[in-house]
Amino acid sequence: MSKIVDASGLSCPQPVLMTLDAIKSDSDAELEVIVDNVASRENVVRAAESKGWNVFDIKDNDDNTQIFIRKG
Amino acid sequence: MAKNFFSTRVGIIVVGAVIGILAAVLQKLGNPGNMGICVACFERDIAGAIGLHRAGVVQYVRPEIIGFVLGSLVAAYSFKEFKPRCGSAPIVRFVLGVFAMIGALVFLGCPWRAVLRLAGGDLNAVLGLLGLGFGVWIGVMFLKNGYNLGRSQSTHAGAGWMLPLVMLGLLVLMFIYPQVSGDAKSGVLFYSLKGPGAMHAPLLISLVVGLGIGFLAQRSRFCTMGALRDLILFGQTHLLSGFLSLLICACIANVVLGQFYLGFTGQPVAHNLHVWNFLGMALAGLAFALAGGCPGRQLFLAGEGDTDASVFVLGMIAGAAFAHNFGLASSPKGLGPHGIAAVIVGFAVCLFIGFAMKKRIAA
Repeated sequence: MSKIVDASGLSCPQPVLMTLDAIKSDSDAELEVIVDNVASRENVVRAAESKGWNVFDIKDNDDNTQIFIRKG
Repeated sequence: MAKNFFSTRVGIIVVGAVIGILAAVLQKLGNPGNMGICVACFERDIAGAIGLHRAGVVQYVRPEIIGFVLGSLVAAYSFKEFKPRCGSAPIVRFVLGVFAMIGALVFLGCPWRAVLRLAGGDLNAVLGLLGLGFGVWIGVMFLKNGYNLGRSQSTHAGAGWMLPLVMLGLLVLMFIYPQVSGDAKSGVLFYSLKGPGAMHAPLLISLVVGLGIGFLAQRSRFCTMGALRDLILFGQTHLLSGFLSLLICACIANVVLGQFYLGFTGQPVAHNLHVWNFLGMALAGLAFALAGGCPGRQLFLAGEGDTDASVFVLGMIAGAAFAHNFGLASSPKGLGPHGIAAVIVGFAVCLFIGFAMKKRIAA
């Protein structure tokens, strides 16, 4: 079960800050980040990859996007 | 989802280059010196055109601003990114918009114009850009300590259309009441007879360039404040590469077009009070950082349905009215009579907002 970071309704830089906080403190090495705008989606993916994490799945739903990342 | 080219590193560099070159061209076609594009100045001119302030030299409905919002709207709809949203502390964003504008008018330009001024050889812009960096740095300190304005919620599509419709309305007014040579007023609209407000590229060219930039900037998320914020906050240089590309390409275009004059003195629509160039832009930078985007980015966000960004835009337009009615705005002659007081009050308000709004968000 991966930890969930719910950044829906937030715009940059909050989703990235929350993702990086979770990456720093994470013990499961797997995270699900929820965002609801495309700029945040791109920013979270870019930030996770810059920390050496892999995006292994992205689900674009009607009202949000789930980004699944794990330690590379 | 197809990969968005403009969100790549190359993409944002291309967008910065396009903006830089088009800004220099707009200046060549009639826009004021080192002001091919200035979001703050142009919103101030709009405030004047509709009579919210009566500074006769800065009154013109700038089609570039209309184009920015509508171009972004078209891009957002074309790529299914139009998301009407509201409710992330709009009143705070309005106040931040007011003081962002006041700070920008003490310096005489927004971050876009600061870059364009430097690209035209105006060395006073260095102080402005350092101030911008300082203001954004203060904002980053707040962000690191949990500052945020809370979550937005989705709302009616019609709500997202409000600012685009306001812009469309302004454009319609321009066609109903076109500029009449030698007249300071046409119908309900004011048109400057002299000064920067009287200098403008042809309406349709300004509009088309605005639409194009609005489209590209929505796709690329171009943001001048974000460029510095992401560098300071995350060490990321993605947005910064667009910012630098704008500077370099505008500079080259200015040299090619014979618009480059290096120096501190005699620069168009500028003063050389270094401390106030620095502090004015620092105030603006802090307000932009607390509001999450530079004035251009706020227009593009408004175009994709972010009504909180729309409220920030209206705050900037109201701020321009205050700035000229209260004597806060600078001019090439120097500071306005109450410019110093306005900067002090602006910092006090922004610091209050930064300290007061840091409720932790439950993940």
